[in-house]
Amino acid sequence: MSRVKEFNTENSTAGAETRECVLEIKDLRKSFGTNKVLNGFNMNLYQGESLVVMGKSGSGKSVMIKCVVGLMEADRGSIKILGKELTHLERAALDQLRAEIGFLFQGSALYDSMTVRENLEFPLRRHAARMKNDADTETLVLEALESVKLAHTVDLMPNELSGGMKRRVALARALILKPKIILYDEPTSGLDPITSKEIINLMQEVQQKYNTSSLIITHDVDCARVISDRMVLLVDGINYAEGNFKELSQSVDPKVRAFFK
Amino acid sequence: MGSFFDEVGDLSRFTARFFREGFRPPFEWSEFFKQCYNVGNRSLTLVGITGFIIGMVFTMQSRPTLIEFGAVSWMPSMVGLTIVREVGPVLTALICAGRIGSGIGAELGSMRVTEQIDAMEVSGTNPFKYLVVTRVMACIFMLPLLVFFGDALALYGSYLVENIKGDVSFQLYFNQVFDALAFGDLLPSTFKSFFFGLAIGVVGCYKGYNCSKGTAGVGVAANTAVVVSSLLLFILDFMAVMVTDIFYDL
Repeated sequence: MSRVKEFNTENSTAGAETRECVLEIKDLRKSFGTNKVLNGFNMNLYQGESLVVMGKSGSGKSVMIKCVVGLMEADRGSIKILGKELTHLERAALDQLRAEIGFLFQGSALYDSMTVRENLEFPLRRHAARMKNDADTETLVLEALESVKLAHTVDLMPNELSGGMKRRVALARALILKPKIILYDEPTSGLDPITSKEIINLMQEVQQKYNTSSLIITHDVDCARVISDRMVLLVDGINYAEGNFKELSQSVDPKVRAFFK
Repeated sequence: MGSFFDEVGDLSRFTARFFREGFRPPFEWSEFFKQCYNVGNRSLTLVGITGFIIGMVFTMQSRPTLIEFGAVSWMPSMVGLTIVREVGPVLTALICAGRIGSGIGAELGSMRVTEQIDAMEVSGTNPFKYLVVTRVMACIFMLPLLVFFGDALALYGSYLVENIKGDVSFQLYFNQVFDALAFGDLLPSTFKSFFFGLAIGVVGCYKGYNCSKGTAGVGVAANTAVVVSSLLLFILDFMAVMVTDIFYDL
């Protein structure tokens, strides 16, 4: 019997099964000492979908997303990205697969010794071959910056940017290889409500423009309400509940309700 | 005690990984040259000034004793041997441990806690190759050059004191210095400078790369990088002298 509480799945995942599954996580387990952070987490992300994973601080959201990009090794379980099993990949193949995944870090993680231009050029260095039939580097950098409305910052250093601008430049860097999947780790944390709203709008624009699939880790209910097609609640290391925002927010389950108070 | 051996084990594994990845393509040449410039340029002035002053002070302190024994003419050879064999490499390495080791520890530590190293990994670049291999290589290649530079200024400082106090000409002073020096003095000191560079680079990178516990951890990484690499320098120096003794019969 499934532990997952699905809320009106007919509506929330309507049409999802007919789309290509770009990310499939099965029975993911990860412990730190005796602390079981992920205890059999399952999740699917479909092409063009915005999936929000919500959980309390320390619930293992960031651990899960780091396992997805290979920054952490899971103790057990399977992660399949674009049909490739992550745990079986060699370093070179993993790097190639990473070109299909954009990652927006919680603190932006811009390289502070490089200009905005160099930050955006950095991912292109490793994947130049993949880009050889595309426009030249300069065009790609400017195009990515224009998509986050920051083309004028191209020669600035990260310490000359505000928190919101850093987050947008980081998003441009995540987009520069035109990935099929974008992973957002707390995209609005530490930002004021107005800047948060700008970032959320930008995420929606990016999704429409590039037709990417988005996996968003957050505990910001407003962000989840606006951007999610579907949500997964991560509680006690498992996908405790799944559904769309409306369904989950109307749930009577106390553990689910706790997220929407 | 257990944590000490854990640390030694981790540092050894980190060093082994440097040798494993350092000689496997792709090579990050532009980052390597940038780091060479940083390491050399960052320490040049300090090494030069310290060497110059040490040369002068050493000569001023030794002079009265040598005069007492009527051996003041031995001053250039004594200073030359001392500076080239021991004081130059060790002093330069200690300055670099303080300046470069702490800088690398703090830089990589800050990159670790702000997830920049993770961002590099996600973008398909091997951060170990890009950050660690280039910095350690730069330390290995730049430290002997800094030692030569420090030695040269220390000898020049010594000559200035001798010139002022004993009216010794530049040519006479340096003729005596180079007469006293043999290949067996230059080779071991140059060779051990490579190892000093390796120790400073590896320890600085190891501390920074494995930094944790937020911004406080960055300070700890910078600080322990200096302490551990300085200690390691003395151990390496002792080992180098032992080996030199076997081959050159000091």
